[in-house]
Amino acid sequence: MTARLYRSAQARTPATADGLLSGRRRPGGGPPAKPFWRRLGPWLYLAPLLAFIGVFKVWPTIWGVYLSFFHVRPYLGNQYVGSANYSKLFSDPDLRTAVVHTLIDAVCAVSGSIFVGFWLAVLLQGPARHIRILRTAVFLPTVIAMVAAAELWTTLLYPSQYGSVNTLLGKVGLGPEPFFSSPHSALASVILMQIWKNAPYDMVIFVAGLASVDREMYEACHIDGANWWQRLRFVTLPSLRPITTIVLVLGVIRGLRVFTDIWVSTNGGPAGSSESVVTYLYRQFSENNDTGYAAAIGTVLLVVTMGLTCLMLLWRRRGDT
Amino acid sequence: MRIRTRAGVWLLYALVAFVFVYPLWTVVATAFSKQQAKLGALMNVPHGITGANVSQAWHLGVARGLLNSLIVVAVGLTLQLTVSSLAAYALARKRFKGAGLVMLAILATMMMPEEVIAVPLFQVLGKIHQPFTGGTLVNSYGGLILPLVGWALPVYVLTGFMKRVPLELEEAARIDGAGDFRIFWRIVLPVCRPALGTCAVFGFLMIWDQYLLPLLVSQSPKMDTLTVVVTSLQASQEQGEGVRLAAVLILAVPGVLVYLALQRLFERGLLSGSLKG
Repeated sequence: MTARLYRSAQARTPATADGLLSGRRRPGGGPPAKPFWRRLGPWLYLAPLLAFIGVFKVWPTIWGVYLSFFHVRPYLGNQYVGSANYSKLFSDPDLRTAVVHTLIDAVCAVSGSIFVGFWLAVLLQGPARHIRILRTAVFLPTVIAMVAAAELWTTLLYPSQYGSVNTLLGKVGLGPEPFFSSPHSALASVILMQIWKNAPYDMVIFVAGLASVDREMYEACHIDGANWWQRLRFVTLPSLRPITTIVLVLGVIRGLRVFTDIWVSTNGGPAGSSESVVTYLYRQFSENNDTGYAAAIGTVLLVVTMGLTCLMLLWRRRGDT
Repeated sequence: MRIRTRAGVWLLYALVAFVFVYPLWTVVATAFSKQQAKLGALMNVPHGITGANVSQAWHLGVARGLLNSLIVVAVGLTLQLTVSSLAAYALARKRFKGAGLVMLAILATMMMPEEVIAVPLFQVLGKIHQPFTGGTLVNSYGGLILPLVGWALPVYVLTGFMKRVPLELEEAARIDGAGDFRIFWRIVLPVCRPALGTCAVFGFLMIWDQYLLPLLVSQSPKMDTLTVVVTSLQASQEQGEGVRLAAVLILAVPGVLVYLALQRLFERGLLSGSLKG
């Protein structure tokens, strides 16, 4: 086992100066025997990071799993309830609604961002100066804090006729729409806001993707007399497919933990119509004081997220070979 | 035909700018407008210029929030970069038993969504006592900062970068008698400046964006970070939207400045992160 680990490490990095100069070779060509302090060396460099991860990531994760089996009562002591939190979790209609909202939100917002981001990239690709400036400007929504974006959008989508978007709609004889304040449109408004915030991010990825498409294929299109739509459909889109899949899958997995966007813009309402899993979890903790139940929801979401990520990594590894 | 296409393209440019940039401008216009906009309305141009909204927001907690956010981001980012570059040095430059396992563990924490472990994290913070004051990490700068330090992204970026630094540099220094830490500090780290810049931009935006953690950790207005302050400000009939949007503006500006200053590093990092997965 040791030798195998050593060899795989060697295969990845060429022999370091460390190994060449200071390692005494054992007879038989095994790994060089290092003095104790030399073997300790790397761990000293890793120690601070491992300490931070251990205390603030691993410990809370384990503590969360532990709490999920308890009815948490401040000052009275926690009461062991076995799997009660989990059986509640699987029969909780509100949570089921929240799961549905979260899935709708993740899939729609991510695919919407990819769609808009792709067309932005098609429009704004290229090294020309005015395009570069416009690209920089369009990217700004992604670097402002989510809280700022959500506050801005609650004003943009203000439900009265004075709201900015409603004023525009009024000019073409529509609206006023209620947006965030109606159960029918709250989630859709959140998705709209997320697309606005995330599409420019995808744009930058696609601009790079477009630049890496094989130029000869475009020339071949030109010779074959393909129009721009055919070129897009049969050359550009297939070359962008691998990136698009990664962005989509990663985005959806990330989207499962949406919190700030919804908490600030709609607070999950009206009437729970835009509640996501994490806003529901937080509400169980902060409003219902049911920390054990919140921990159980968190544990399941954690398992699902990590499971999906592992699946994606496996699937990508298979795709690579 | 050609002229018509050109005009069409410029029309699209204008549309794109209107959708993605114009809303940001209306925040600026409304925040600095002397005449108040109606509730929910945004202004295209400020009607008379005043700093009254900004100063009123400033006194409603934005000053304290900004100070806290700046402290958190300054200390947090310094710690994050220090801890990550030390770890990356070991992972990229040393061969030792368990290196692969450590890298895997670090990447696993990358998938661990912070929002999901926030509630148990809050309880854990309540168990950790500070050395001098004796209080727990809840409602303290430690609680706002320390959970953000161990982040997989900079470790990943810096390890990748350090692996590509030529070994000759290090060997020459070692022959001259430089110790391990000296090599790290004087040779490897300065070469990694571009990667450190990339990590700094991402780290800044990640820390500045924090909302759920300060929402849990801060128990008094004194410890609120800017994101929490901004969400607690309500627009009112007499003030209109001006004061609230002034606060939103103050929250938005640092991210924009950091991005504009380090744009090239940022885009490079974004692409290496997403294309390689």
